[in-house]
Amino acid sequence: MDLYEYQGKQLFARAGIPVSEGRVATSPEEARAAAEELGGQVVVKAQVLTGGRGKAGGIKLAETPEEAEARAGEILGLDIRGHVVRRLWVEKASDIAKEYYLSVTFDRGEKKPLFMFTTQGGVDIEEVAVESPEALAKLHVEPLVGFQPWQARWLCFTAGLEDPDEQKQVMAIVAKLYDAFVHFDAMLCEVNPLIVTPEGEVKALDSKFTADDNALFRHPDVAEMRDVEAADPRERLAREKDVTYVKLDGEIGILGNGAGLVMATLDVIDQVGGRPANFCDLGGGGDAQGVVDALEVITSDDQVEAILFNIFGGITRCDEVARGILTALGQMTIEHPIVVRLDGTNAAEGRQMLVDAAPPDLYVEETMLSAAERVVEVAKARVN
Amino acid sequence: MAIVVDRDTRLVVQGITGREGSFHATRNLRYGTNVVAGVTPSKGGMDVEGIPVFDTVREAVAETSPNTAMVFVPARFAADAIYEAVDAGIETVICITEGLPAHDMLRVYNHVRPRGVTLIGPNCPGVLSPGKANVGIIPAEIFSEGSVGLVSRSGTLTYQIGHELTQLGIGQSTIVGIGGDPVVGSSFVDVLARFEADPETELVVMVGEIGGAEEEKAAAFIDEEMSTPVVAYIAGFTAPPGKTMGHAGAIISGSAGTARAKKEALEAHGVRVGTNPTEAARLAAETVGARTA
Repeated sequence: MDLYEYQGKQLFARAGIPVSEGRVATSPEEARAAAEELGGQVVVKAQVLTGGRGKAGGIKLAETPEEAEARAGEILGLDIRGHVVRRLWVEKASDIAKEYYLSVTFDRGEKKPLFMFTTQGGVDIEEVAVESPEALAKLHVEPLVGFQPWQARWLCFTAGLEDPDEQKQVMAIVAKLYDAFVHFDAMLCEVNPLIVTPEGEVKALDSKFTADDNALFRHPDVAEMRDVEAADPRERLAREKDVTYVKLDGEIGILGNGAGLVMATLDVIDQVGGRPANFCDLGGGGDAQGVVDALEVITSDDQVEAILFNIFGGITRCDEVARGILTALGQMTIEHPIVVRLDGTNAAEGRQMLVDAAPPDLYVEETMLSAAERVVEVAKARVN
Repeated sequence: MAIVVDRDTRLVVQGITGREGSFHATRNLRYGTNVVAGVTPSKGGMDVEGIPVFDTVREAVAETSPNTAMVFVPARFAADAIYEAVDAGIETVICITEGLPAHDMLRVYNHVRPRGVTLIGPNCPGVLSPGKANVGIIPAEIFSEGSVGLVSRSGTLTYQIGHELTQLGIGQSTIVGIGGDPVVGSSFVDVLARFEADPETELVVMVGEIGGAEEEKAAAFIDEEMSTPVVAYIAGFTAPPGKTMGHAGAIISGSAGTARAKKEALEAHGVRVGTNPTEAARLAAETVGARTA
């Protein structure tokens, strides 16, 4: 789960990392009130779960509360890379003398946390890694030993940080960032930029924080930070119904059991000339309620022209899925043609049940490939 | 022969009195797996279909000498269960449970590796050696005895490819589901090395998916270290970056981890890659046919 900048900063602050004081605002009036409370020059920052806010006009300075209100009005509602701005973070403006970069991530290849630090901050870190790799200090932490102070020293000296006062502050921040990373079960804690003010104070001007969904049970306060309204409305509906669903940009609605099989189904649809409308995993279930819930989510997408069920019965029995499909069709009106492919445990029984019931516009296929071809064909017939 | 589980497997099931645990322990027992014990704290003295239940793994080891543990306890207790099994001297731990926190797995992985313990999973369907032993939730009836090894990050996709192989008359030595999480106990390379050392395995089918760089590492390993041929399949060509496709590990971040990059890496190292499960099975059949001809 990705957090907004201000949420990440709240967690940073709890770990003792210096951040600027600020307020959340969801309207120009609230932005004005926030600026009044904070006093002086403020920055109005769009809160969206994507990069490139500055270039898109999502970050603006304001000298007065009136100006903050005006800037907030301009930023709210902006579409930044498909994310509509609905929240703002208004914080005290900081003068910037230098911009550094600091992060700790989950290196799945090495199975260890990885620190990265460079004094060339404020830009895309991938650029630094490519153009001046010697400027980027990288260091793994042994998970069973934990962070050790020498690691912060090594990062500072290797990156060429020379000012003793800055070194001291950065070393403290490195230690605290590791604390936050472990304590909040993060997959990523990134500070870009980590700034030095003209007065020599080091602080986090931005935050990128990704929390591990599997560990949210340990962190109810972090779990509550999820902005359910930011997701695609269908993905939100799916979450409510406990259906694993990802919206894609095509016309073939897809349901399957098991993430790998569904991914493979999307690929096969693409190979036979169709475009998948979604990823939808029924998981281990295939009961009527599960099928109804998934169909409700999939058919709420207007782009969908036809639906493919790709089920490989293992523990899930195909006759149960067939019963689920028939019950679902009895409970709801589906205007889309449906192609069903059942294979594996009790596949013959399941197929026979569907053939016997013969609901209109339902086609039974035996293999993944033939089912994919069929559903693309019926979808095209509908469009033409 | 086979790898990871076979007729010498003596299994203890952690979480055996839970709904899933008892169902699958019983299924594995009926398949012919030597299930010697179960563990559920405070349920010691009970039995599940004749399998004795103990309070601790140490007790189960003292009484029944298991060499393999299957973990079925809920996610928040699963890391603890793995540590307990390793402490009791269990050599192979197969963790079926899904939803383990990634930081727990970091610590588990780094604890288990230097001890020489084989950890499979978490979030995996388990390991099946047809005709010998089944540890986990893999439906054995789809598979048949033979000489093709199968290793995969995904459950149902493995069943799909196994089914296609069986229909082509190709049996399997062992099917290993390594799991779909960002950190798993055994990687493709770990399992490929076991298959390479198994004289019964004549070919390996590797089923990968988007996310991470393990398929790329496997490509180099196959090229440099293996004489047993490998055929691959990669899922997720149409997956968009930044969206988790069901498995916690199946996410494309940045330019790394795409299906195309994995396919290219494998092909650059001489591994044939099927564009769909049917084609992967056909490539496997061709390779086996060419070797026996």
